[in-house]
Amino acid sequence: MDKPIIRVEGLGKQYRIGARELKYKTIREALVDAVVSPFRRLNGNVRSAVEEVESHIWALKEVSLDVQRGEVLGIIGRNGAGKSTLLKILSRITEPTEGRIEVRGRVASLLEVGTGFHGELTGRENVYLNGAIMGMRKLEIDRKFDEMVAFAEVEKFVDTPVKRYSSGMYLRLAFAVAAHLDPEILVVDEVLAVGDADFQKKCLGRMREQGGRGRTVLFVSHNMVAVMQLCTRVIWLDVGKVRAIGEPNEITGLYLDSATTGQGERAIHRMIKGDGMVEFLSYRVLNKELQERPLPTTKEDLFIDVVVKAKERILHPAFGIEIYNSQSTLLTDINTREMGVSVSPLPKGESTLRIRLREVPYLPGNYTATIYAMNPQGHLYSFVENAIQFELRQSPLCGTTQLDHRWGCVFTAVEFTNLGMQNSL
Amino acid sequence: MAVTESAGPPAFPTDFLIVIEPKRGWVGLDLQEVWRYRELLYFLALREIQLRYKQTLLGAAWAILQPLLAMVVFTLIFSKVAKIPSDGVPYAIFSYCALVPWTYFANALSLSGNSLVGSANLISKVYFPRLIIPGASVLAGTLDFGIAFLVLLGMMLYYGIAPDWGVLLVPVLLLMTMGVALGVGLWLSAMNVQYRDVRYAIPFMIQLWMFATPIVYPLSLVPERYRSLVALNPMAGIIEGYRAAMLGRPFQWDALAMAAVLCVLLLVTGAFYFRRVEKTFADVI
Repeated sequence: MDKPIIRVEGLGKQYRIGARELKYKTIREALVDAVVSPFRRLNGNVRSAVEEVESHIWALKEVSLDVQRGEVLGIIGRNGAGKSTLLKILSRITEPTEGRIEVRGRVASLLEVGTGFHGELTGRENVYLNGAIMGMRKLEIDRKFDEMVAFAEVEKFVDTPVKRYSSGMYLRLAFAVAAHLDPEILVVDEVLAVGDADFQKKCLGRMREQGGRGRTVLFVSHNMVAVMQLCTRVIWLDVGKVRAIGEPNEITGLYLDSATTGQGERAIHRMIKGDGMVEFLSYRVLNKELQERPLPTTKEDLFIDVVVKAKERILHPAFGIEIYNSQSTLLTDINTREMGVSVSPLPKGESTLRIRLREVPYLPGNYTATIYAMNPQGHLYSFVENAIQFELRQSPLCGTTQLDHRWGCVFTAVEFTNLGMQNSL
Repeated sequence: MAVTESAGPPAFPTDFLIVIEPKRGWVGLDLQEVWRYRELLYFLALREIQLRYKQTLLGAAWAILQPLLAMVVFTLIFSKVAKIPSDGVPYAIFSYCALVPWTYFANALSLSGNSLVGSANLISKVYFPRLIIPGASVLAGTLDFGIAFLVLLGMMLYYGIAPDWGVLLVPVLLLMTMGVALGVGLWLSAMNVQYRDVRYAIPFMIQLWMFATPIVYPLSLVPERYRSLVALNPMAGIIEGYRAAMLGRPFQWDALAMAAVLCVLLLVTGAFYFRRVEKTFADVI
């Protein structure tokens, strides 16, 4: 029993990116490919070899790690650092490109609650289906059914289609099934970011209980408080590699520090969707004076200068941005096409696009943004998830109080006025 | 009651070791793993059945209506207008007897062919042997088959046709139908993940296939020299087999044997192709 329950050695996962692979292939393209590619190779063309390399990215590279039985391992890192890829490989959803993992026990993965839930089915039917999908046996579901329904507090509605449930009930039922899995290794991705505060507390309690019983838990989260409370060890992934591994307080501290220093020009390295006519290369975040320091803050203008590369001149480009807070809640999604605003033509080659967020209403904290470019008909040139990260500095917003994300998402100036005594009729 | 075992995919030895590493080329079928997940197969098939007729006015009556209406149309067109012979059996029952298995086959094929793409959310979130998904689609249709089959029995009663011992072969024929549907379904569903053209090709393919199969016409109508060509269509032998079994006509053993061979061939190649491309599903879908 001294062997680690999970041993990861030299793990790597490569994804192909670029316009050609991202579209669903049609048979015609595959045929053309099959005919053309041998010639391409024969040519020994240097340029195509370069392109070949560039169209691949390593979501994970040379990751090695041992997890002991009973550990609760937190996995932290920015978006795109490879956390989810690691979990997907561990739960055997996708295969690694290189390396090897030995797992000594059953893995249940919770990358999403309510996988396979169907609105038309009743609570009971969904519990059985979802349980079976998560790998439970019917006998086991029979045995735990009442407990699950009680945990979710939906006893009265088990035979109602879940489409009639409130979103809270739906979520509770979905989590209840997951919480009653009994694997040796539980892999959890961010599910605690959902539900109301009371329910979150219940889930955290349940997870802690599981850890206490010698269950091994792998837990991905952006919620550093939860990571510090739950985990016995933390691994920090950065651009697909292990940046640090160790004691929770120390690693989360290092991670939070790094998040506030990475300023200057930053590269954008992923194109997720689109035909690649336009690429986003790098960006810098500027304050209202167009300086990098001090960091921008709430209620001030914020500028993002993005270096864009167009394959040819584009007469009517349209751009959009989605902004998320650290809990991955979408705060804003806006684009010039729907605003009916036109952007001046994009020249062929590299140019800089300035995005101005007027009087940013969000409270101090860390934010990520997805940017995209398209034509006036909405055809995507490029769509890059979590391309941009920025931080809003602490500043006294009202009086002397320093507000941050614990006080909500946005800043609203609120006035309280006493209008005197209520007039009787 | 022996319920002391703990969770998860059952019957894992306690110090089970799973090795996760890149696989290249052809891989084994790992049917053991599919067997461990047999309950999921059942639940997924159950879900398809439960969902199929939700929010429909006629509900399960569609199971009967589909082949029944086709029979009425075919009887009018092919028997009354085109005067296609039906080997001395009333054309209505002649065509319905073929339409019951064919409707099952066509539905199973189109459901399983589109099943992986339709289950993208499952595939990208949970591990289980992916073979189960098209398998469940093929399994789910058997209930409809059963219902439509009861109507066939009713019609036989009406026309005074008593089945002989041949009826005992119906379960075998059904298994063969399922086998062909699954075999082709495996090919199509796996290709569909990579090439969405398949989705549009399926309805067309089913339609062509139907006319290549002796459903509206008897096999005896096909000139002798083309018979061996027709036998390359496993459904031809199987459909004629249903007619022989139900309507007490002689079995064409050579056609049936050929169908059985093709069925196994389709299943095996389909399963291996499926397994080969399976690992890319989560990344491509």
